[in-house]
Amino acid sequence: MTVSAYNFAYLDEQTKRMIRRAILKGLAIPGYQVPFASREMPMPYGWGTGGVQVSAAVLVPDDTFKVIDQGADDTTNAVSIRRFFEKTAGVAVTDDTAKASVIQTRHRIPEMPLRADQILVYQVPIPEPLRFLEPSEVETRKMHSLEEYGLMHVKLYEDISQHGAIATAYAYPVKVEGRYVMDPSPIPKFDNPKLTMDAIQLFGAGREQRIYALPPHTQVVSLDFEDFPFEASKADHACDLCGAVDSYLDELIVDDAGGRLFMCSDTDYCSTRRAAGHVGAQGVPVKEDVA
Amino acid sequence: MTPLLQVEAVSKFYGARIGCTDVSFDLYPGEVMGIVGESGSGKSTLLNCLAGHLPPDAGAVRFDTRADGLRDTVTMNEPERRMLGRTDWAFVHQHARDGLRMNVSAGGNVGERLMAVGARHYGDIRNTATDWLGRVEIAADRIDDRPSAFSGGMQQRLQIARNLVTGPRLVFMDEPTGGLDVSVQARLLDLMRGLVREMGLSAIIVTHDLAVVRLLADRLMVMKDGHVVETGLTDQVLDDPQHGYTQLLVSSVLQV
Repeated sequence: MTVSAYNFAYLDEQTKRMIRRAILKGLAIPGYQVPFASREMPMPYGWGTGGVQVSAAVLVPDDTFKVIDQGADDTTNAVSIRRFFEKTAGVAVTDDTAKASVIQTRHRIPEMPLRADQILVYQVPIPEPLRFLEPSEVETRKMHSLEEYGLMHVKLYEDISQHGAIATAYAYPVKVEGRYVMDPSPIPKFDNPKLTMDAIQLFGAGREQRIYALPPHTQVVSLDFEDFPFEASKADHACDLCGAVDSYLDELIVDDAGGRLFMCSDTDYCSTRRAAGHVGAQGVPVKEDVA
Repeated sequence: MTPLLQVEAVSKFYGARIGCTDVSFDLYPGEVMGIVGESGSGKSTLLNCLAGHLPPDAGAVRFDTRADGLRDTVTMNEPERRMLGRTDWAFVHQHARDGLRMNVSAGGNVGERLMAVGARHYGDIRNTATDWLGRVEIAADRIDDRPSAFSGGMQQRLQIARNLVTGPRLVFMDEPTGGLDVSVQARLLDLMRGLVREMGLSAIIVTHDLAVVRLLADRLMVMKDGHVVETGLTDQVLDDPQHGYTQLLVSSVLQV
């Protein structure tokens, strides 16, 4: 079958309408998990099938699309999803956060603040924040509907009693507009404060068949204790390539002697800064890098 | 005096079979009521109906709520009923595994009800949990151990601590001493008797162990085939049983 035999953005129009209805409901009830009829996609579950379906439903022909995986534009998952939509939707693609109108992400929020005309689509493996505390979906849905969230704090209590601090570092539970407790997908808790933003945020879980959403400027509060307040943590270091002190860092082991390098996990942010002349402790000026 | 719990003609059927039928009684504050009967006599069905775990098919269960006085918990909406279940009511299961979170530490188990009603200060929660572990004779240094590392008796005591931490007014107990050896049973009974007196709790205890009701219960209700066949003061029922089944039950106790 040729590529042109596909409908725009792979999914048929009826499916996209179904997903858009779920998205609208999700936006109307921020943080609420809306069930939807997730389709088989030409990639395995766990590779972002939820995010891909949401992206397919919101993309229009004049969109510019960006995909990041752990902040990077050039990892397998990001490259394959970007190419998928290049082929099936023919949309323009970019690495540049500022130029993108739809950004699909796995495990990160871009460092650069997003604007009101952008949409951020998350890939979500497990949408239910209470899953590992209460295995019954019937029971967790009842807990959501009756706002019984004491159990969520039991998890944080256990963290403190075992590790002396809240050790949950990613997928850190949040409360949305004082109502629903939500799993922000496995983003580092460093990104939690950014969840209140100007752009629309859509969350798609393909295997679990759930969509949820945060409209712009939604109040999102990370759960904590009065005497153990939430802290957005990152490696206590500056980026070794671009020198940024405010970005989330990856730690790389670079040789057999245990030498290490910290670099921005958001590759676009890092390269933009380097192009502007910022150089980190182990970085080299951009011109030599290119040569 | 207003009864704490007013049960009126409660019936529960499983299809054509009777779970329990036409049970009525009043329970006053500070009173402990025992329900005895053989297996399958409807004791646990009745208890689950009273505690809101099962919807009865007929009848009313009125509880003296703090805010609005007597309210029928059967027709009450679910959030309100579940709120009662976390605050004014406590339910002690026969098997501690049913009433505990086995993969959460002892402190977390005790703290859960506090956090469920809004406690958000780790230090305070931990202090309360430590205090309650002490009250049920669990060493404070076991606070971070999981219940799976506890003996059966300790698990049962932990379950009691977890239930009583929010200061409930009514405790439902389903065979609280079942499956424990006699010396552990004796200590548990001693502990429960102390707590009930000290906190002025009302309790409904379902058991088939007459020694348990003799020690704990003020009043006794004997059930057979879903019906209540005899009620009265515990000593009166046990020392001078009137109904044939009660006589059989009392005479069946092994004498050592």
